[in-house]
Amino acid sequence: MSQQALLDVRDLRIAYHGRDGRTEGVAGIDFQLQAGEILAIVGESGSGKSTTAAALVGLLAANARIESGSIRLAGQELTVASERQWQSIRGRSVGFVPQDPGLSLDPVKRIGSQLVEALTLHGVPKALARQRSLELLREVGLVEAERVARGYPHQLSGGMRQRVLIAIALANDPPLIVADEPTSALDVGVQRQILDRLQVLARERGTAVLLITHDLGVALDRADRLLVMHQGRIVETGNARQVFQAPQHAYTRQLLQAAPSLLVQQRRQVPVARAAEPSLLTVHNLSKDFSTWRHPGPLAVDDVSFHLPRHGTTSLVGESGSGKSTTARLILGLERPDTGSVLFEGQDISRVSRRDWLALRRQIQVVYQNPYASLNPRLSLEQIINEPLQAFDIGDAAWRRQRAATLLEQVELPARLLGSRPVELSGGQRQRVAIARALALEPQLLVLDEPLSALDASIQEQILKLLGELQERLGLSYLFISHDLAVVRQISDYVVVMQAGRVVEQGACEQIFQRPASEYTRSLLADIPGQRHAQLAVGAA
Amino acid sequence: MSDGLTGVLPTPWRASRQAALLRRRPLLPLGVLVLLLVVGWALWPQLFSHFDPLLGVPVNALQGPSLEHWFGTDHLGRDLYSRTVHGAALSLRATLLAVLIALASGIVLGVLAGFFGGWVDAVLMRLVEILMAIPALLLAMAVITVLGFGTLNIALAVGLSSVATFARLVRGEVLRWRASTFVEAASACGVGPWTIIVRHILPHASSPVLALAALEFGSAVLAVSALSFLGFGAPPPQPEWGLLVAEGRNYMISAWWYTSLPGLVVAAVVVSANQLARALQDDQGARQ
Repeated sequence: MSQQALLDVRDLRIAYHGRDGRTEGVAGIDFQLQAGEILAIVGESGSGKSTTAAALVGLLAANARIESGSIRLAGQELTVASERQWQSIRGRSVGFVPQDPGLSLDPVKRIGSQLVEALTLHGVPKALARQRSLELLREVGLVEAERVARGYPHQLSGGMRQRVLIAIALANDPPLIVADEPTSALDVGVQRQILDRLQVLARERGTAVLLITHDLGVALDRADRLLVMHQGRIVETGNARQVFQAPQHAYTRQLLQAAPSLLVQQRRQVPVARAAEPSLLTVHNLSKDFSTWRHPGPLAVDDVSFHLPRHGTTSLVGESGSGKSTTARLILGLERPDTGSVLFEGQDISRVSRRDWLALRRQIQVVYQNPYASLNPRLSLEQIINEPLQAFDIGDAAWRRQRAATLLEQVELPARLLGSRPVELSGGQRQRVAIARALALEPQLLVLDEPLSALDASIQEQILKLLGELQERLGLSYLFISHDLAVVRQISDYVVVMQAGRVVEQGACEQIFQRPASEYTRSLLADIPGQRHAQLAVGAA
Repeated sequence: MSDGLTGVLPTPWRASRQAALLRRRPLLPLGVLVLLLVVGWALWPQLFSHFDPLLGVPVNALQGPSLEHWFGTDHLGRDLYSRTVHGAALSLRATLLAVLIALASGIVLGVLAGFFGGWVDAVLMRLVEILMAIPALLLAMAVITVLGFGTLNIALAVGLSSVATFARLVRGEVLRWRASTFVEAASACGVGPWTIIVRHILPHASSPVLALAALEFGSAVLAVSALSFLGFGAPPPQPEWGLLVAEGRNYMISAWWYTSLPGLVVAAVVVSANQLARALQDDQGARQ
């Protein structure tokens, strides 16, 4: 490396001191970053990448301590900086783009004044700051800058908010921008636009960008160099193409294999359901309108029709706000449709009373997106898994205990966890418990509402595999709801693409992916990250 | 901008929660001690005093505090300390009953309103608003005037006037937890509404409700004493705290201890209950 490196991190060690003693967060890492370079740090949650980011902007948790090593930014040592010094470093020397655009803006202040504040804090006169803030908003691609500046955060979409945060990070033209998972809360289309913007800004201004991400596809597409972290250590480093084509470390290879976006070439092996059998579920002209005279808006679900074959997987695909989750809630009877019908085994279930739904609950079960929210933190796993059995008064206590153990084994968790509480489990384990609960009543149809989007890539892969095995063994039918096309391609037999409450296209999985008929599906497919290299690999093969 | 990091960083260290609580509320152990002592008085008054609270010795009338009579004596020569000790049972029983009545009916009303919503909610909440519009002491006096004097009636009166506060808090908590994903997941599993309320919603709602109960305990001690001060409580020979204060009114100048020492006991209990309530609130805030 040249001695002119903008950022020079040497032998950095950070540990957390908690009740259980010392936990290593970052275990001795070295890296350099040149001006104008984009460096991606890739790793699963717990690999230390966010801790590294926090150290670079001086926002480590109270119980974290930098034990040794140095961080030099343009010659200045940051590990010994006081909080007062940090205040002038943050914003001026390091810009920070946080993960969640929903939480990171002050909800009661206008966008414009938040930007102006970021500038005046570092000594820019107010009049100039006001003018400059509009320029910044235009620079990050917000066309109607005046309107945005007058608005409050809740009036902007997630993508727009993330752009505002990038504008704030850029405000004082810092030589280094640290972006911690800047797009992981966003749809693929918006994700591409944000990353494009970040990339262009880095090139134009010569700003160095440190991109922290768990998505290998994003990292390979965007970064000049890649740094793979695992358990607080750097296990591999190199330029993006090199890492993709010739990974050195076993962990990198595992990550590459697990990244669903890089697997789009894979075909699903499960045979497609026979056409002769009548479909399990038929959705017919379903509509739902949430708008009121005070908040007028388009229909949430607009004339949606599709069939769900037996023993197969049907996927509902679309960006957030496309009405796919509402469709699922209508099918589950959690909302009432305005018009249309849902036929399950030939019976119209969209109009049945609450009481009659109880019988249907045995046939249709659901797994939610966020395993951190869908399990009651105060109950033990046994209580959680047995809840549906208890509700239907099946078996006695001893039998149910046995059944809970069997169910846990079915989702590949040890039965000794029966007495533990959800807090003691990881996200992937929790999602397995949620699946076990859904299986307790031996349903025919499992509605999976974005079951993977809260999990790491390698955990996603494991859960997908589990879902495939369970389907084969128990003859389940899945309604799989996802915004992640790569995952959808892996698991689906039949795909329904939704946009703004309407079905834009539906058909067999391969047909949709290889010969998309609508413009919208084509743009969705084009936005999947990681394609640049996947195509390269196919070309090379 | 720094707000965003809280979501990214590892959850903060919470090992020494108790230590932090003590640092913020150094008087908490003292408060707990006072409450325990008063509960001891109520349960075993003979252990804490050896004078008869009702038997007067005219020779000893209006003596100041001494080693023998810690709180001094009253105008009939009765030992004030043992009257206060024996009064604890009367006053605390009324208070506890009042809080329990308020708690139970508040939970029922709040759960019905919050969980079932619709017209049930509308009707119940209008009722609660009417209750809140009437000044608590006036309401209590009106209730006693209708029902007659006595400890149970005092408890009913005081309890009724704080039903509204509990009902509103419980309703809010029920609304909050009802919208949570795990409650929806349970109902999608086929779990019935009452099981959901008992297993999923009430345990989560319990900590703020308990904190409020401790706070209401303090104000109920005050309200019960106020009512018996006004003569709505137990009849005169009984040593209820409010009555002790009322009897001493006429001797304010000549016997300062008569009113002030029992009054101080009431004040200490109220302050201690508030300390406990605040600590419960802090603890609950730290856990979220």
